[in-house]
Amino acid sequence: MRTLARRLVTIVPTLFGVVIVTFLLTRVLPGDPAAYFAGPTADQASIEQIRTALGLDRPLPVQFAAYVRDLATGNLGNALSTGQPVLSELATRLPASAELTLGALILSMAVAIPLGILAAVREGSLIDHACRVVTTAGVSLPVFFTGLLFVYLFYYLLGWAPAPVGRLDVYLSEPPRITGFLTLDSLLAGDLEVVRAALAQLALPAATLALFSLAPIARMTRASMLSVLSSEFVRTARAAGLKPRTVVLTYAFRNAMLPVVTTLGMVFSFLLGANVLVEKVFAWPGIGSFAVEALIQSDYAPVQGFVLAMALLYVALNLAIDLIYGLIDPRVRLDA
Amino acid sequence: MDRRTFLASTAALAASGLPWSRLHAQGARQDTLLLISENGPNNLDIHGVGTNRPGYEAAWNCYDRLVTYGIKTLPDGSRSYDKTVIVPELAESWTVDPEGVTFRLRKDARFHDGTPVTAADVKWSFDRAVTVGGFPTTQMAAGSLTKPEQFTAIDDHTFRVAFLRPDALTLPDLAVIVPAVFNSGLVKKNATEKDPWGLEYTKNNVAGGGAFKVAKWTPGTEVVYARYDDWKSGPLPGLKRVIWRTIPSAGNRRALIERGDADVSFDLPAKDFAEMKRAGKVAVASTPVSNGMWSIELNVTKPPFDDARVRRAIAYAVPYRKIMDAVLFGEAKPLFGAASNTSDDMTWPRATAYTTDLDKARALLAEAGLADGFETRISFDLGQGIVGEPIAVLLQESLAQIGIRAALDKVPGANWRGEMAKKSMPFLINFFSGWLDYPEYFFFWAYHGQNAVFNTMSYKNPTLDAEIDAARVAAASGDKTAYEGAVKRMIALAYDEAPRIPLFQPYLNVALQKSVGGYSYWFHRQLDYRSLVKTAV
Repeated sequence: MRTLARRLVTIVPTLFGVVIVTFLLTRVLPGDPAAYFAGPTADQASIEQIRTALGLDRPLPVQFAAYVRDLATGNLGNALSTGQPVLSELATRLPASAELTLGALILSMAVAIPLGILAAVREGSLIDHACRVVTTAGVSLPVFFTGLLFVYLFYYLLGWAPAPVGRLDVYLSEPPRITGFLTLDSLLAGDLEVVRAALAQLALPAATLALFSLAPIARMTRASMLSVLSSEFVRTARAAGLKPRTVVLTYAFRNAMLPVVTTLGMVFSFLLGANVLVEKVFAWPGIGSFAVEALIQSDYAPVQGFVLAMALLYVALNLAIDLIYGLIDPRVRLDA
Repeated sequence: MDRRTFLASTAALAASGLPWSRLHAQGARQDTLLLISENGPNNLDIHGVGTNRPGYEAAWNCYDRLVTYGIKTLPDGSRSYDKTVIVPELAESWTVDPEGVTFRLRKDARFHDGTPVTAADVKWSFDRAVTVGGFPTTQMAAGSLTKPEQFTAIDDHTFRVAFLRPDALTLPDLAVIVPAVFNSGLVKKNATEKDPWGLEYTKNNVAGGGAFKVAKWTPGTEVVYARYDDWKSGPLPGLKRVIWRTIPSAGNRRALIERGDADVSFDLPAKDFAEMKRAGKVAVASTPVSNGMWSIELNVTKPPFDDARVRRAIAYAVPYRKIMDAVLFGEAKPLFGAASNTSDDMTWPRATAYTTDLDKARALLAEAGLADGFETRISFDLGQGIVGEPIAVLLQESLAQIGIRAALDKVPGANWRGEMAKKSMPFLINFFSGWLDYPEYFFFWAYHGQNAVFNTMSYKNPTLDAEIDAARVAAASGDKTAYEGAVKRMIALAYDEAPRIPLFQPYLNVALQKSVGGYSYWFHRQLDYRSLVKTAV
């Protein structure tokens, strides 16, 4: 518990730094939101009016003080692109991004870990080469390209996937919001048609992201399995006549898991980044597409909110991974 | 859960999910229209701060105005609003006298919440439009509507607008999106001391009495409209529901409409439009954007563009045909190659007399003492880069042949308006259109010495200003001969002087399933749901 508290304390300066950097970064960017939002026939006077309304005419330190004051009260400002408070936008959109990223991660793990194990056990075999080809291809194709390719193949040509219109088919209505995860919420509501539809909508974007993240997981599994398989306790286990299956899964894999979990943490964070493009392609109402939209329009508040939310998420993630280490391998202790 | 069951169950989950068949849910949904476009609204109120174009669409369909425009069928069979015909909406009838115009309101009209629409609501709404500032106030001023004192509610169903000065644009300006009629009681109830006009409330809530209500709005994702069944200001719309989804990827919008999953895809890129027209799977409609053109704008305060000969040289060096073919796939109205810069009719936008003639361009440059050319920078809006960028590249290549070395300056969409306002860019590729479809309105914004933000050329010519002002006065007094004379002189002078070199008039492209009918083009370049119908095919 004490270590946890100590970890939490170290987070504070990080977050403060993030707040300053995001504030300055958005102000340094060229672009005039007042002019952008003044509309097509605005003259200088109405641009100035909007500048005053947005508070952009005040000096930077004053704007910063106002920003920090708002942050302290949980007010992240309004997003000009959707007109809604940033906090509520992030709250409604974060589950969409998280559902997509987690879906992709689960899919990726389901493929990459067995693939990595097989490639390590049968090193140099056909499956090892296949693993290499698949992962290299997956990581070298840009996600927006695979996304569009999947839409073209599975929706446009084959008609297997549903229309890429976001999280749910247009004619279905959303289940009551409990977790924000459509699949979970519809399961809780017992609406199987919506569960099915939500999973169907999730399939292509999750597969796109999963393909992108196969490589690090599979390669890391393979490498760490190889080193464990060549270690002495595995040799002993084999010599003792244990079943190969038991040797590989029970003894070797458990010991190989630590670096894999580290990689999973990293993969999760970069998937959140890669999300941005996938969300654009699949009209997924997540925080990534929201932030990009805001950036294009020089809309400061959502960008700041996004970076802040991401920073919080990373920090929480790292903390969680550190804690998981201890659970997997008793040799690792936080205060070690 | 141990590893094995975990592995087994995730694999099973993945396997059970993969070969989904498409949901065949949308069978007989004849009353519902699925519309897709790149962006959704950020505000449901046209008076709001920074309401975007999709927001205009929501306001147009959810609010009524006193009057609106009629619909006409164009020679090519497509339908468009008719700027010459003003028809009743909330007003049953009106009489114009030299001092003003008196409207008699419909007695049966009610807002969505059931309160009757009264002249006091109209008065409050117009006061709001001329007071809140920003775009609505500017737009009202374009029709000489600037002061609350101009508006009087005479009794519950009689409303009067007093003229500030004679202006032919006053009545047409009452039919645009801005002078919408708000449910003043409802908005006042939700107004705060800081926000006396209730802008925060109307941003997320419709307080009107238009043909559609917003049933659900998920910003950035979708808007669901439901028909207002008690709508009295026009024939009841055929659609009961309109679902408007935001699909950012152009490729996916095309896939959706071609697969038949979406009913209408709005504002298509020229290339998709040309290909879909050829394929013939869906109906496509395209209408020239009224009072709008893409043009090259040369800043006359930046030498050598202060010399009309240099500007003309550039006008002769533009690869017009290539732009039409390679950038627009032929889907635009050319604005070059006319017999003369002097008009013989009142068509607007009209073509200039310039064509691609590099020898003439070289000769003009030599005459201006710039036979060796010069260096410049071509700026364009990356937000419209799909059109602007290829034009810039073609232009760069063509200008190099007459010795002008041009660098490309890509300005991000968000900065474009700010850069325009600074008037520091020497050479722009730009688009401008005016809602009110009158040449003098275009000239007032884009050429007049008042130097509005759209006069990016900083062009000031007292002779031209006099013609523009004369055209406005003549239009107000109804003097047709004087008006036509002034307009023709105005266009000829501006085209000869060439601070702005027209390229083409773009089309607004829409793809519709063949089951969707009743589409009409509107000056605001957004979709009007009221006339749309869906039939079985």
